[in-house]
Amino acid sequence: MPPSPTTATAEGAAGQFSDVTRSDASLRGFLHGLPGVDQVGADARAAALGTRSIKTTAKAYALDLAIRMVDLTTLEGQDTHGKVRALAAKAMRPDPSDPTCPATAAVCVYPDMVATAKEVLGDSGVHVAAVATAFPSGRAALDIKLADTRDAVEAGADEIDMVIDRGAFLSGRYLQVFEEIVAVREACARPDGSSAHLKVIFETGELQTYDNVRRASWLAMMAGGHFIKTSTGKVQPAATLPVTMVMLQAVRDFRETTGQMVGVKPAGGIRTAKDAIKYLVLVNEVAGPDWLDPDWFRFGASTLLNELLMQRTKMTTGRYSGPDYFTLD
Amino acid sequence: MTSNVFEYAPAPESRSIVDIKPSYGLFVDGEFVDGHGTSFKTISPATEEVLSEVAEADQADVDLAVKAARRAHTRVWSRMPGRERAKYLYRIARIIQERGRELAVLESIDNGKPIKESRDVDVPVAAAHFFYYAGWADKLEYSGYGDRSLGVAAQVIPWNFPLLMLAWKIAPALACGNTVVLKPAETTPLTALLFAEICQQADLPPGVVNIITGAGATGQALVGHADVDKVAFTGSTEVGKAIARAVAGTDKRVTLELGGKAANIVFDDAPLDQAIEGIVDGIFFNQGHVCCAGSRLLVQESVAEDVLDRLKRRMATLRLGDPLDKNTDVGAINSAEQLARIRELSDIGEAEGAGRWSAPCELPAHGFWFPPTIFTGVTQAHRIAREEVFGPVLSVLTFRTPAEAIEKANNTPYGLSAGVWTDKGSLILKMAGSLRAGVVWANTFNKFDPTSPFGGYKESGYGREGGRHGLAGYLKGGE
Repeated sequence: MPPSPTTATAEGAAGQFSDVTRSDASLRGFLHGLPGVDQVGADARAAALGTRSIKTTAKAYALDLAIRMVDLTTLEGQDTHGKVRALAAKAMRPDPSDPTCPATAAVCVYPDMVATAKEVLGDSGVHVAAVATAFPSGRAALDIKLADTRDAVEAGADEIDMVIDRGAFLSGRYLQVFEEIVAVREACARPDGSSAHLKVIFETGELQTYDNVRRASWLAMMAGGHFIKTSTGKVQPAATLPVTMVMLQAVRDFRETTGQMVGVKPAGGIRTAKDAIKYLVLVNEVAGPDWLDPDWFRFGASTLLNELLMQRTKMTTGRYSGPDYFTLD
Repeated sequence: MTSNVFEYAPAPESRSIVDIKPSYGLFVDGEFVDGHGTSFKTISPATEEVLSEVAEADQADVDLAVKAARRAHTRVWSRMPGRERAKYLYRIARIIQERGRELAVLESIDNGKPIKESRDVDVPVAAAHFFYYAGWADKLEYSGYGDRSLGVAAQVIPWNFPLLMLAWKIAPALACGNTVVLKPAETTPLTALLFAEICQQADLPPGVVNIITGAGATGQALVGHADVDKVAFTGSTEVGKAIARAVAGTDKRVTLELGGKAANIVFDDAPLDQAIEGIVDGIFFNQGHVCCAGSRLLVQESVAEDVLDRLKRRMATLRLGDPLDKNTDVGAINSAEQLARIRELSDIGEAEGAGRWSAPCELPAHGFWFPPTIFTGVTQAHRIAREEVFGPVLSVLTFRTPAEAIEKANNTPYGLSAGVWTDKGSLILKMAGSLRAGVVWANTFNKFDPTSPFGGYKESGYGREGGRHGLAGYLKGGE
């Protein structure tokens, strides 16, 4: 029996790994001692899982689950309060013509839009996630990143999507990355003692190798991240099946070691319902069915939602509808 | 309706694409003719449903087939310029691709292997062999073995990869200007008979390819026929030895591709998640009915426990069942006889004190099934570490140093294949040079390509198939 899952706590994880994280050298020794990832083999395994044929009842289940896992996202310079309000409305009622259609997990916006989103979403159960820490590049001083985070939390963000310092990571300053995640996690605390959930974005398109993705995953998990997330969506390639698989292996192994569950969020580049279902197969067969829940797996996406809705309508009515039958927000 | 678990609904490939006739004759001299032996039934191993009745070739039928092949060789095929022979081979390759779904479904029905394997491996690799050897047909003078064909090739193939083994045998033989009489295994004759139709569709001159069906007696009559110039056999070491004895003292050329007991060696610095996939692919691919299967896992002691935990967790996700379901990972055991053999050796393994663990999967009520199984605590002294099970059964042994791994890996009468898993390139090269096996895979397993030669050491046989080396067995200059 696997240990019963608990949410990662900074204290718990940090305590367990205090020996590992006490110096740059010990942290490097640990991260470089993780089993390597063979790229050819990893790509082949992800591709093989992508050939699973998900039909009828399984497909209906997967489509609804995928909708419930969407972090409906707008992260543009041209975002306005009006755009965000429309997006939030869509997140609560993705398909206004069908009351059985579930809501999405969250909307994901820049910190200055948090209050607007929160105003629309209220206590609907749809969360507000805010990107912070000088998203997307992460190129700012630590105190500015922390202020960015606190600002979003004060405005009512339920979840913070931070970016790691890829420059520090690639130059081997792992401890700096670790301490920054720990500090952001502390900045997620609210005055009432609760805390916004922290997602840690690696920008795997910049880390490039699967070995780096695995090391970043362990680094973020040991630092107390609640979720590990592939990408900002601003760098190509964004989420891919094999990268997500390597991260799912990491959260699975982390639970084996610590008993704590950490969530995974692929973001960017997932556009079709078929792709989304491939990710769910990956979750099911790599991390296990415990992760098949919006608490533990999310899709960072915008256009994906309408694709899921079109497939869902096809499943229930037997007919495809045109894009004009779905709201554009 | 949704439930809170992700149960994959059945996703069966349609059978309607194949047209299985109630009975089949022999394919001799370009036509289907009646056999004179006692016809036999071929069944679906997944359901035990009778699929068709197939003719048995007796001595006289074998003689007719060899005569047809001889005529075709003398009058047509050996005289035809290589570039013309190539056209036929290209045509056959393209028809295999065009009728790929039909071949894949038929193979899965008759053999029991999962459709995803017949669709993604057997059929495309079979087509690739015809394409590859078509390219050689007009370039034989550059092969290093000359361009003179041997004559008539008698080819006997096993039931584990019926169409693919046919392609391995027929493609190089035809490219080199030989004609063939091929006998598929008695439990899996249907794709070979469909291939006979493909030869007709390709307008291949009559007699160049002859397909005769039957069991051991037919095979004996074929390889023992006096007018055969070449014998090519893939199958068990026991039968291979009998064939070698039967042709001894004649001037027949022989290639044998026989059994194996491959070591799949996992070092402690291996990419473990990928190594697990390689172990699973090595022994559970095609239900372990693979001569080069990685049936002995040699794992370094320092990671043995971790590897076993990961392996069991992975095995628990294997989906066993209907071979035609696109999500099936492990299909049916090919025959009742083979199932009995797997059960017998597994029971011996348990009796000899090895720890038996099977993946928790439900076995269908009808048909022949065996769950993916591993034995732990196995030593070189156990029979399951020495004898070929030819089923989804893995023996797990441990080692401490590379030298010990090499010693144990080589300590077998076989020598067909081996696998090495490590992040260290220099260790891969050292192991590849020290392992007495025809194929050594590094950080992968069971990869087949027509350009790569394949064959064994010791009791795994002699001769090579595939690549330029595969031409040697079919050309006079290849001795």
